[in-house]
Amino acid sequence: MRPILMKGHERPLTFLKYNRDGDLLFSCAKDHNPTVWFADNGERLGTYRGHNGAVWCCDVSRDSMRLITGSADQTAKLWNVQTGQQLFTFNFDSPARSVDFAVGDKLAVITTDPFMELSSAIHVKLIARDTSDQTGDSILVIKGPQGRINRAIWGPLNKTIISAGEDAVIRIWDSETGKLLKEADKESGHKKTITSLAKSADGSHFLTGSLDKSAKLWDARSLSLIKTYVTERPVNAVAMSPLLDHVVLGGGQDASAVTTTDHRAGKFEAKFFDKILQEEIGGVKGHFGPINALAFNPDGKSFSSGGEDGYVRLHHFDPDYFNIKI
Amino acid sequence: MALSETAGPVPVAHNPSQPVKLRWGELDEDDGEDLDFLLPPRQILGPDENGIKKVIEYKFNEDGNKVKITTTTRTRKLANARLSKRAVERRSWAKFGDAVHEDVGSRLTMVSTEEILLERPRAPGSKAEEPKVAGDPLAQFQKGAVLMVCRTCGKKGDHWTSRCPYKDLAPPIEGFVDKPAASEAATAASGPAKGAYVPPGMRAGAERTGSDMRRRNDENSVRVTNLSEDTREPDLLELFRPFGAVSRVYVAIDQKTGMSRGFGFVNFVNREDAQRAINKLNGYGYDSLILRVEWATPRAN
Repeated sequence: MRPILMKGHERPLTFLKYNRDGDLLFSCAKDHNPTVWFADNGERLGTYRGHNGAVWCCDVSRDSMRLITGSADQTAKLWNVQTGQQLFTFNFDSPARSVDFAVGDKLAVITTDPFMELSSAIHVKLIARDTSDQTGDSILVIKGPQGRINRAIWGPLNKTIISAGEDAVIRIWDSETGKLLKEADKESGHKKTITSLAKSADGSHFLTGSLDKSAKLWDARSLSLIKTYVTERPVNAVAMSPLLDHVVLGGGQDASAVTTTDHRAGKFEAKFFDKILQEEIGGVKGHFGPINALAFNPDGKSFSSGGEDGYVRLHHFDPDYFNIKI
Repeated sequence: MALSETAGPVPVAHNPSQPVKLRWGELDEDDGEDLDFLLPPRQILGPDENGIKKVIEYKFNEDGNKVKITTTTRTRKLANARLSKRAVERRSWAKFGDAVHEDVGSRLTMVSTEEILLERPRAPGSKAEEPKVAGDPLAQFQKGAVLMVCRTCGKKGDHWTSRCPYKDLAPPIEGFVDKPAASEAATAASGPAKGAYVPPGMRAGAERTGSDMRRRNDENSVRVTNLSEDTREPDLLELFRPFGAVSRVYVAIDQKTGMSRGFGFVNFVNREDAQRAINKLNGYGYDSLILRVEWATPRAN
């Protein structure tokens, strides 16, 4: 395959997200402008201007009309996807790290970093259908975990919130009361910071990637460990194919060590694993920095990766990918 | 663009006793090789005006009974299956933000000049023959190149076989571990097992004499004759393993020439497995020869 290279960002990529139809690709980077691209040919549709810090995460509503972004400028913003217009700004007292729309797009979960003696927190916000009714009040604030919460997503039926972060523990919270329901087993769980978390297409299980050089597959209801995928470098990004039983892990050596070593030693590949057999299928090379973001097109026929090098690489699979046998 | 889509095959008749994990010995393609001509030909009905297509196939199940399988599929024409209406609409959205004033020469989006391949850790196909069943004792013959593969539980890179935590739970495997080692010692012939290192602790059988070996339990013993000269124990194990747990494989080797004498024995743990293997493999074409597989006649003593 010949990947499409998209150089719209000046700084390292942080997050990638496809809309539900798989025709738009949203990219976030440490420069201040989240960007939307056409996912088939990589043409830039527009940028969302208004943030004043690194943008860590984004999510798009099911109807592809609203975009929510979380940024280090201590805000999360709602955008009109089509025009790039800012609809609303949620202000926090610390950087917003992760955002996720609930099923139905009526709620959003936003996590904030520990900052200036403030501990990290998970905020649940009501998203009004009409922007003029939108308020910034949190309907629920969950505090407790030490250190940064790198990802918080909605569990099945919006009943739970699944969070993971620097303390390497995955937690499931009740999304109504904020009560801690489950905590991942310390023995089988990750040993270092969890950097990424990706839900399966049906939401029944999810994949976490960690700096302990492994990715783990968990049941979204029982929080039982299903599979472990081991690689030889820290995992910064994970994605699951909605079509085949494949998972993709992206990572590489620590960004601070990149300039001091040969690019071949960095192992900046997107590694494909068989989801069930936990065997490595192959690697896709190309980035010359660690991979920070990965996303699968909802049709499973293409995926994109975003690197520390500032590039988004959009890969449309060759036909023979679909008949790979282990 | 118009695409046709298959709306879920509906198996009408299905063999319920089929296990979830297919071993190659039970695969349909292999079934057909020798018995296909006995079956009525495949019938395809339709597609009719509703796009309903029926495929009627006949197969032998593992008990040798004829099974009729009717697969009903519906083919639908989908307009614009790839792009939703709203995605098409989005295509014509006006550019915004920085994209409005994009220089023509900015070349933000480029197609890589380099062809990027999904690089396989092993050559494709080399892994294809690898058994997928964890803990398959056959693994030891083929995974020789992979470092640190536990032969007891099949785990990779976790521990050596001798340190396996499941050691006590595993079925005794010396039965066929010692044999290749013994034949290795006895002959200079080359076989697939030659590359695999057998640790000294596993070579218990090497001290045993040939007659000792022959005094083994002859229960569920299957005699295989008309083997090609190149056939070695691992090959035979590979052939018979899919039918069930094998406790011993033996290929008669000519002591002088080191060549196979063309027959061997396979012991099964379960008698049913042995019977199935006989049913399936008797008359099976293996290495350009027709195998003869039968119950080994009980020893006179």
